Amino acid sequence: MEYVANKENIAKRIARMFHNGDVVNLGIGLPTLVGNYVPEDVTIILQSENGMMGLGPAPAPENVDWDVVNAGGSPVTCLTGGCFFDSATSFGIIRGGHVDYTVLGVLEVDQQGNLANYKVPGKMVPGMGGAMDLVSGARVVIAATLHFEPSGASRMKRHCTLPLTAAHEVNFVVTDLGLFEVMGDRFHLKEVFAPYTPEYVKENTQADIVVDTDCRVIEL
Amino acid sequence: MVEKPIISAAEAAAKINEGDVVMVGGFMASGSPHSVIEALKAKGTKNMVLVCNDCGVHNLKTGQQTGVAHLVVDKAFKKVIVSHIGLNQEIQRQMNAGETEVQLVPQGTLAEQIRAFGAGLGGFLTPTGVGTEVQDGKQVINVNNKPYLLEVGLGGDVALIKAKKGDKAGNLVYAGNARNFNTLMATANTTVIAEVEELVEVGEIDPNEVQTPSIFVDFIVKATRLEQ
Repeated sequence: MEYVANKENIAKRIARMFHNGDVVNLGIGLPTLVGNYVPEDVTIILQSENGMMGLGPAPAPENVDWDVVNAGGSPVTCLTGGCFFDSATSFGIIRGGHVDYTVLGVLEVDQQGNLANYKVPGKMVPGMGGAMDLVSGARVVIAATLHFEPSGASRMKRHCTLPLTAAHEVNFVVTDLGLFEVMGDRFHLKEVFAPYTPEYVKENTQADIVVDTDCRVIEL
Repeated sequence: MVEKPIISAAEAAAKINEGDVVMVGGFMASGSPHSVIEALKAKGTKNMVLVCNDCGVHNLKTGQQTGVAHLVVDKAFKKVIVSHIGLNQEIQRQMNAGETEVQLVPQGTLAEQIRAFGAGLGGFLTPTGVGTEVQDGKQVINVNNKPYLLEVGLGGDVALIKAKKGDKAGNLVYAGNARNFNTLMATANTTVIAEVEELVEVGEIDPNEVQTPSIFVDFIVKATRLEQ
């Protein structure tokens, strides 16, 4: 079976995890795509850590307001009913458990629920920004990542080798191969995305995978 | 109400000395005091310590620079205390070359450190960073069997903040999420210089809408320059 990277499938699956009224923080990059696939009958409230509830889509070029930006500094809009607050309030919301889901990209995620995404010593050091607070504080932490690194190794590991963003906080990992829950120091495969199979996932992941007895094959 | 001195951006820059801890509001340059940053760059003060959410944008390929990146590129800071440097390739270069010290702090911890100092608190307990490098050298305190890090307050010498509107007493109103760190930094520095886009008479701002009370502001600068 040939692997073809598919970020859209990751975003599509995560978008179906939310319920009406959930407060969600989407990281910059791949996690931002999730916002495009939320089902029409589900309304979520997007929080942006730089101080906004009710984050909306990018405005038309003629309507750009540089006082309303997302956590990547790009212009966005504030939906009707949304609001603004300062950074201390924003992180009070985050640490206080008032964010239901945080979706973050990762460099590595391991079967203990550890996540690394802010630093490759000596090479790339973007910094943690709000990620450490989000992962500590959000009710449910979802790691969103292509299954493989450019080298071909899986981003899901037995043990992270990079400096951690947070220890034992990840609840779910969604890759372009499947949906995994972190439980008992193992990745539990709950869903595998067609055309892949549980066997393919196990053979190509450098981590301990438990295939759930009710693991389903999903067409996205 | 006592009115505050209204000064030029150059006069504001003149109040900042070598070695000062300078807090600059803004998030990826949204809500940063661009006029005072430009004047401080022109003055050329060095060896400052920067406290800011990030180092702005500096793309080495395109040459694009925003916010405090205009100061970072001149090596105006011996140290920067920030949460994120991913969009400033120049500070990453300076860090890797050993030219500038970079202290990375989780964004919520940085915000709360500034808030705590300004509110007269010695510090606070946060779960953020437990089990990571951020924990190194810090006291871990268990509350109800859950570990927290003791983080201390963070104050500075000068705050350079930016508001949408201010009155001559220094009451400030912000726009959108450009508020970010500005309200916090106003409370945690010896000298607070507020750059405002619109300057109005005392009484023209509804007291219900004031986000930074006038008592925190020492000097007012009318913005002469915005940046995108």
